[in-house]
Amino acid sequence: MSLVSSSTLSWEGTPVPCLEGDTALEALLRAGIAIPHSCRAGACQSCLVQAKSGVIPAAAQQGLKESLRAQNYLLACLCRPEQDLTLVPPGPGVRIPAFLTEVGWLSDSVLRVRLAATAPLGHRPGQYLTLFRPDGLGRSYSIAGDDLELHVRRIPGGAMSSWLAEAQAGDAVTIQGPAGDCFYTPNDTAQPLLLAGAGTGLAPLYGILRDALRQGHQGPIWLYHGALNERGLYLTAELQAMAAEHANFEYRPALLDRDGPLPELISRDHPKLNSWRGFVCGDPTIVNLLRKRLFLGGMASRAISADAFLPATLK
Amino acid sequence: MHITTMSTLYEQLGGAPAVEAAVDLFYRKVLLDDRISDFFEGVDMDRQISKQKAFLTMVFGGPVSYSGQDLRRGHAHLVARGLNDSHFNAVIENLGASLAELGVASELINEVAALAETTRADVLGK
Repeated sequence: MSLVSSSTLSWEGTPVPCLEGDTALEALLRAGIAIPHSCRAGACQSCLVQAKSGVIPAAAQQGLKESLRAQNYLLACLCRPEQDLTLVPPGPGVRIPAFLTEVGWLSDSVLRVRLAATAPLGHRPGQYLTLFRPDGLGRSYSIAGDDLELHVRRIPGGAMSSWLAEAQAGDAVTIQGPAGDCFYTPNDTAQPLLLAGAGTGLAPLYGILRDALRQGHQGPIWLYHGALNERGLYLTAELQAMAAEHANFEYRPALLDRDGPLPELISRDHPKLNSWRGFVCGDPTIVNLLRKRLFLGGMASRAISADAFLPATLK
Repeated sequence: MHITTMSTLYEQLGGAPAVEAAVDLFYRKVLLDDRISDFFEGVDMDRQISKQKAFLTMVFGGPVSYSGQDLRRGHAHLVARGLNDSHFNAVIENLGASLAELGVASELINEVAALAETTRADVLGK
């Protein structure tokens, strides 16, 4: 077996050795080319690159929006070159210059970061964007509203969250996106909606909730925000005020130490979910448990939108 | 000249829309069945649902065919965990119950079960 793949990969015209089974990202990083990357699973889209010539494996464009596919963009982490492929960095216009307009604490572990972009992003609340520091480090965050509001969990030792915690309004960043299909669509305004998540999974849900109410959603909307204890909750006053204002909106903070596991709590409240639409967001473990529970409760698989937050990989 | 064509099993069942209608019902029954649910623990739902669609399309006589080798390779890790005839029977039972719930005639259900039966040896690695 040959260790060197029969395909030829090149970066801006320079050949890059690509071993059998390598992704383009692995080959480029090994060659010392600093490609921004984070999740290595096709979700964060940090490693977006453009093909100038060659054959793009279909899997490498998974999850990209149509306009990017059409311009031969691909994700280096999902790309195992099968034939010759020449890659270049993303062109201007794909990453939009932006600046921070607000950085403040929502709780002792969650930052609210607001951004202003120099060009419209064209996003729907609940989708996500990738935020790049001036040095190129990128991380994905869900968009919590029409404005570019992000909820950033402070991770001890986390490169981006530590930087954001020290950042100030006016600091320059670049953003890319949006991506993801976890957002409200007003095709049935009477349908009951169930929004459930834990931790900063609240960010996309908060965006979806406000979008649904703004678009005049009439059916019941239940929002479950799971946390270990009181300290894990945030935006409680805002959500309580919204529940008081909108008769069709129920806010359910769910504390593990008081209410037990979130999926069981939802089943107790709603034994039958046949006609509902669901949104589940947060870390992959809770997202998988929640979507399975909603499905077993009778929700149609295609009525469940899930956004599992993947951690940045350290490799 | 007048030509009469016998419609295929897949057409009689309703084709792709019938697969769409059956997949949630079938997958939900499988996940709720204590005899077999352990085999699906921790499996990605999206991927599993697309596999179930392919399986249903095949046993409906539709345009999907797995080779015996595909089925052996795809189930070898489950056979290693103890997958046997009783589990295979439980899946066929859930399949029949799903179709009955959708109002499919019992003759057609029997045809589907017979097609599913042809995969038994490969699925169980016999």
